[in-house]
Amino acid sequence: MKVYPYIIEFLQIAIFLGIAPAFTGWVRMLKCWTQGRTSAGLFQPYRDIMKLFSKDVILADNASWIFRFTPYLIFGTAVLAGGIVPMLSIDLPITSTADVIVLVALFAIARFFTALAGMDIGTAFGGMGSSREMTIASLAEPAMLMAIFTVSLASKSTSLSQMVHVIYSGQSVLRPSLVFALLAFILIALAETGRIPVDNPATHLELTMIHEAMILEYSGRHLALIEWANMMKLFLFTALGIATFFPWGIAASGDIGFIPAALLIMMLKLGIAGAGLVLLETGLAKMRIFRLTEFLGSAFLLATLGMLSYFILE
Amino acid sequence: MNINIAAQINSFLAALVLLTAFGMLVQRRMYGLVHLFTWQGLFLSLNTAIVGYVAGRHHLYISSVLTLALKVILLPYILHVLIQRLKVHKEVETVINVPMTMLIGIALVIFSYHLMSPVRELSNLVTRSTLAVALATVMIGLLMMITRKHAVTQIIGFLAMENGLFFAATSATYGMPLVVELGVALDILIAAFIFGIFFFHIHTTFDSLDIEQMARLKEED
Amino acid sequence: MLLILLLVPLFGAVILAFVGDRKFAPEINIMCSAATFAAGAGLAVQVYMHGPMLAGGKFFFVDAFNVYLSVLTSFVSMTTAIFSRRYMRKEREHGRVGHMRMRFYHAMFQLFIFAMLLCLLTNNVGVLWIAMELATLSTVLLVSLYRTPTAIEAAWKYFILCGVGIAQALFGTVLLYFAAERVLGEGGEALLWTNLSRISGELEPTVLSLAFVFLMVGYGTKVGLVPLHNWLPDAHSEGPTPISAVLSGLLLNIALYALVRCKVLVDGATGTHHAGNIMMGFGLLSILVAAFSLLRQKDIKRMFSYSSIEHMGIATFAFGLGGTVATFGALLHMLVHSLAKSAIFFTVGHASQMHRTQEMDKIKGLFRGNPLVGWGLMLGVMAIVGLPPFGIFTSEFLILTATMKNAPLLTPFLLLGLAVAFAALFRRVQSMVAGDVPSYQKPMKAAHVPVLLHMALVLVIGIYMPDFLNKWFHTAVELLK
Repeated sequence: MKVYPYIIEFLQIAIFLGIAPAFTGWVRMLKCWTQGRTSAGLFQPYRDIMKLFSKDVILADNASWIFRFTPYLIFGTAVLAGGIVPMLSIDLPITSTADVIVLVALFAIARFFTALAGMDIGTAFGGMGSSREMTIASLAEPAMLMAIFTVSLASKSTSLSQMVHVIYSGQSVLRPSLVFALLAFILIALAETGRIPVDNPATHLELTMIHEAMILEYSGRHLALIEWANMMKLFLFTALGIATFFPWGIAASGDIGFIPAALLIMMLKLGIAGAGLVLLETGLAKMRIFRLTEFLGSAFLLATLGMLSYFILE
Repeated sequence: MNINIAAQINSFLAALVLLTAFGMLVQRRMYGLVHLFTWQGLFLSLNTAIVGYVAGRHHLYISSVLTLALKVILLPYILHVLIQRLKVHKEVETVINVPMTMLIGIALVIFSYHLMSPVRELSNLVTRSTLAVALATVMIGLLMMITRKHAVTQIIGFLAMENGLFFAATSATYGMPLVVELGVALDILIAAFIFGIFFFHIHTTFDSLDIEQMARLKEED
Repeated sequence: MLLILLLVPLFGAVILAFVGDRKFAPEINIMCSAATFAAGAGLAVQVYMHGPMLAGGKFFFVDAFNVYLSVLTSFVSMTTAIFSRRYMRKEREHGRVGHMRMRFYHAMFQLFIFAMLLCLLTNNVGVLWIAMELATLSTVLLVSLYRTPTAIEAAWKYFILCGVGIAQALFGTVLLYFAAERVLGEGGEALLWTNLSRISGELEPTVLSLAFVFLMVGYGTKVGLVPLHNWLPDAHSEGPTPISAVLSGLLLNIALYALVRCKVLVDGATGTHHAGNIMMGFGLLSILVAAFSLLRQKDIKRMFSYSSIEHMGIATFAFGLGGTVATFGALLHMLVHSLAKSAIFFTVGHASQMHRTQEMDKIKGLFRGNPLVGWGLMLGVMAIVGLPPFGIFTSEFLILTATMKNAPLLTPFLLLGLAVAFAALFRRVQSMVAGDVPSYQKPMKAAHVPVLLHMALVLVIGIYMPDFLNKWFHTAVELLK
């Protein structure tokens, strides 16, 4: 049994845990710049998390075990998901047991419990946020699966490593199906990570918040875990997009020496993706919640078109 | 340019044409529609030029230039002017049900694929697989004309359909004979002038370009 | 001769575009049409003597089928031009059309005739499509000539529906070209009818049956077959009457001509009766739906446009049925229907001008008010419902006989349609022609030449079929087998 894949696996998860807040910081920093504000710096998210960890947890009287358990679960699934997406190298032992459907299921579990926790306390906002979150999820998940299936069709596998490998070594550059899938993926990622135009991560305005409404009752280390997991989710979706659609620069199987270079390239790609996200968020306004069906409907349409054009055109 | 890459570019452009067709299907704003139409024309024109290059059919260059002149420059310009003159650029259509229309559109794509598969089997051209996309574009244009209730949008649907037909000719047979292509272009040009005149007539008579208002001619019971 | 036939209306259109509002414009219009007719007749004699021919470097092609339709087209357009002289003068006195519109009307009339003749005479299936679209486009604005809300609505419907329909036909043509190119090689040669009919047996049957579905939908829309007929009653009832006459009498024929040409190719390729069955289905449906719609009409022009749908249904059905007798009947039917229907529209135009309305309830006492119009309408309706001794009786009789022989199960439906149409038309026409002259009826001088000429021809064909016509139709039937 080879050992180094496991080393890479642990290395990746460690880097993932460490860099995720910095990525969020980077996005916030760019956003400040584009809006002409002074930013709090790249490391502000770390300070936020540290601060939250050092604070006491205040629990509502009627909070059940679900409410207390959820932050750990969200954090746990996020870390596990981080082990599935190839970031530095294709060689990840975990991907042989957990494919991309598992990844979607992990996100679904986290979302399910977040929604439950939102309703657990019984406040109006929690319930409202949960209901909205589930509405979005019911539309986003089919589209997400559709997009992923399109890529798996092209690579004839649902294992992420295999998908990355095929696209990495494939000859064809312009594959319409992948382009459609990528566009669909971007729309879904915006919805899943709660960015503008679907949700606004920075708002606590009653009527518009979705994700924030669900976690409004959390405090202390619970909130820290949730925030951290959220940052990881953003990071993860970006990494997933990079891995499936732009894998060039990732270390091939067995190529340990390339890992530092792969790390640098990944950072670069993340930086660019973050900038793209900021441009999108600055250019768009948040959508009315009733328009979301159209937004996610287009994501589904794009994903389906991707799948169809795989059959028709390739 | 190697055939393989050209085929890839070709199918990629086909995908873009399809995408713009869907975009038009759900776009509510007038200018947005015209822009999408312009893009579609541009993709078509590029595609035709590439096919002409690969297949060595030089008359396709003429078609390509013709498409560029007519569908990318002239028609969008006419539409722009009309929209501005008639002051309908702020009108948005609210009646369409976007998700439903999209689903029907997807069904039409599958239907076209199914319908065109025997032709695809028979053909040995580089472009054979785009024929289904062409038919789908025609069908989506048709769908657009059915679902939309505004004169300008209906016309854009009509023109999108014509784009699909042109695309079909390019992908099935590397273009129709030149005399036919020229004739079709001439017909579109005349049609453009006619609908231009029509918009004014409708506007002055009905005070709006909403086709819903035109429902006087019905079967009496 | 062929070039003259095409160039005269084209020049006429150009000239009339400039002088169409002058006093003598209708006369120019008539002269152009008469010259066209003369050229058509000349061409017919030429074909009659020497058989089918190619002209203009294979670009044009004349055989027994299209030459008879060209003569018909140029003849009806000539009589319509004569009719429109009086009619449009009256409309102008009523102030419904102005200078510009007169010019436009005359120019477009000639352009329309040019487009139809080009449709008939071209050898290129692609050009056929283009000419068909041109014919649509040239009439769209004529339908909306009066600029009333209903006229604009009708024209818009016509424009959109026929545009959509004809687009399907172009797709069918692309598929046809695709199939032909595999046999004939690339280039313009592969769309030439003369080449296509020669090699139709080698064309790919699957592709051609697919193409025929598109062509059927496309050209079928123009023929006005149910369920694609929605535009037809509106366009016919809202436009000026001369235009209704040529739309109904000629354009529908031309579209049917295109459809039949395509059917021949498809039959050759598939070797089955697939195309014919589709046409029979559409035809029968049109007959029945149109017959029952006739019952509920209140507008006189609308009623007769439904009657046109019915008759086009009969002809389509007969072409679909195939075989010598049915095809002969269908060819004859196209001819006599065209003559009778345009004659009816002429009288209807005068009748509605006399009463200033198209509502049938208000049209009364035509026999006494204007015997020519009254009797013209009466005889026209008698002809169109298929009473002997008129020509339509002959053609419908032939078609019925063929149906009884080849598809006996469909005979009752056909008879039902004919009977309902008969009842519906007669019920209405009696109340219009009989009775006293109402106070609001204005006397007017009717254009009698066209009506009399048409009715006389229909009658003659019904009683005695001239030998040359008979031979002609037989040659055409042979071509369509």
